Amino acid sequence: MYGVVHFTTGSLNMPIDKSDPNPNQSKASKFRWGELEEDDNLDFLLPPKEVIGTDENGIKKVIEYKFNDEGNKVKITTTTRVRKLAKARLNRRAVERRNWEKFGDAVHEDVGSHLTMVSTEEIILERPRAPGMKAEEIKVPGDSLAQLSKGGAVLMVCRTCGKKGDHWTSKCPYKDLAAPVETFVDKPVASEASVAASGSGKGAYVPPSMRAGAERTAGSDMRRRNDENSVRVTNLSEDTREPDLLELFRPFGAVTRVYVAMDQKTGTSRGFGFVNFVNREDAQRAINKLNGYGYDNLILRVEWATPRAN
Amino acid sequence: MRPILMKGHERPLTFLKYNRDGDLLFSCAKDHTPTVWFADNGERLGTYRGHNGAVWTCDVSRDSTRLITGSADQTVKLWNVQKGTQLYTFNFGSPARSVEFAIGDKLAVITTDPFMELTSAIHVKRIAGDPTEQTEESVLVIKGPQGRINRAVWGPLNRTIISAGEDAVIRIWDSETGKLLKESDKESGHKKTITSLTKAADGSHFLSGSLDKSAKLWDTRTLTLIKTYGTERPVNAVAMSPLLDHVVLGGGQDASAVTTTDHRAGKFEAKFYDKILQEEIGGVKGHFGPINALAFNPDGKSFSSGGEDGYVRLHHFDPDYFNIKI
Repeated sequence: MYGVVHFTTGSLNMPIDKSDPNPNQSKASKFRWGELEEDDNLDFLLPPKEVIGTDENGIKKVIEYKFNDEGNKVKITTTTRVRKLAKARLNRRAVERRNWEKFGDAVHEDVGSHLTMVSTEEIILERPRAPGMKAEEIKVPGDSLAQLSKGGAVLMVCRTCGKKGDHWTSKCPYKDLAAPVETFVDKPVASEASVAASGSGKGAYVPPSMRAGAERTAGSDMRRRNDENSVRVTNLSEDTREPDLLELFRPFGAVTRVYVAMDQKTGTSRGFGFVNFVNREDAQRAINKLNGYGYDNLILRVEWATPRAN
Repeated sequence: MRPILMKGHERPLTFLKYNRDGDLLFSCAKDHTPTVWFADNGERLGTYRGHNGAVWTCDVSRDSTRLITGSADQTVKLWNVQKGTQLYTFNFGSPARSVEFAIGDKLAVITTDPFMELTSAIHVKRIAGDPTEQTEESVLVIKGPQGRINRAVWGPLNRTIISAGEDAVIRIWDSETGKLLKESDKESGHKKTITSLTKAADGSHFLSGSLDKSAKLWDTRTLTLIKTYGTERPVNAVAMSPLLDHVVLGGGQDASAVTTTDHRAGKFEAKFYDKILQEEIGGVKGHFGPINALAFNPDGKSFSSGGEDGYVRLHHFDPDYFNIKI
């Protein structure tokens, strides 16, 4: 015995014979063949149900005629595609059960009920990502450490992942990921390292700000102070972007940089971001005022980006 | 595969059970009306009207003549499967959370929730062959576990009862004396509420799923931990294939994770794992809400899942499912 699935792709209700003068009356009246006159209206009789059997595509059409609620005769065309979904070998008892009468809420159900339908999408058992990916990631940290130990070579610093000695920013394999939080701490450390490295490289061009004795201290100090005025904002709503944060924090003072961590896959915020103020006092005021502030129906958490807040 | 969607329930699904022959699928939901469907094409056969609360659980006798359902209205009812009529009602002092017929269908184990002053308990009732002779009396009542007992099943040869619940401990009790025989080890066991339990076809091992985002496979006689399967979602339902060495976990989403994850529609999936290698084979997506119930057809060629969205999705496997290699 085969299990088959019928599902309905379309049903047409077509009213016919709208000009029927008194349909209700003719339905209600008792019908006697002997009293029929030649030109009596026999419209209350319905044509028989037609079943156009399953053709080679598995399409079956059933044409029924009914009276709808307004008493109009309607033609209902039900088009069904019969697909063989599964082969079920049923034992004798199961075959008997197939013929049981419907009960409970299913009593008035016919095969065309809309409770059961075949999914329009093809669903597959999705395999997880290939295990080959994992092997590559483990190799990389090993390489960068080896490079560091060489000494004398120029130290390559990547701004995106903060890894030293492996690659430059443009060659970062983790280009897509958001910069990890540590960059803000690493930056002062990294800038020190790059100064030392460029000093030792002979003949390498050293920009004026990096040259020995130049006003280098002010520049890097300014940058460092900025990063010390970095404020971390968490519990952001998913459509918060940089302009929103800028708008929110500007009233407290000059903002040099705003950043919102994004999930590249979905394009939504990962829920946190950073704001860099020029002045530390402004940052402190922002923290005091905005921590716990309700923004886009979430309560913001605003704190110093680095744990030490003196 | 083309899953068959069955939307007979207006509220979330709680439990799914196939009969022994694999031609009927019984579904329980929070909408008070357990429903029976034909397992090949998903056509609804009937509904069992009579409960006044969410129906948490059900079981069907081996000859598919009797259905037992447990509900939040503090009753457990016996039904005639074919006609949909009630045969008997057991009354309790608190909602019934889990029911199972014993092998032979002469006994049933029922768990009740803690409610007001009552603690949770495991009841064993005798089921008479003739419904008119059915009595309310319990053969055995076991008390002891703290918190809700989410599932209690019979062990091999009806000698033991295995229970698991909110206290994350799996216990094996003697079914005649009610004595506690074994408890799962706290270190290696689950850390949060155990939501579901399913036995292997031969009863030698069983699988428990928990909100701690893992499922564990245990030996039935010794209660030693055999395997652990990890997911990123709390596990609400577990199922084991009777044909292949596959384990399926269905779960939900932590309420706390709602604002930070993306919501693509239909992305709640039933995850398939290799039973022995503990590795994920794949997932079957489609539900619009957490999956609360999973069941495998005894022939192993199809399975169904019930979700928070009120849909039952019946999947007949494609031929290449049976050839999957890791």
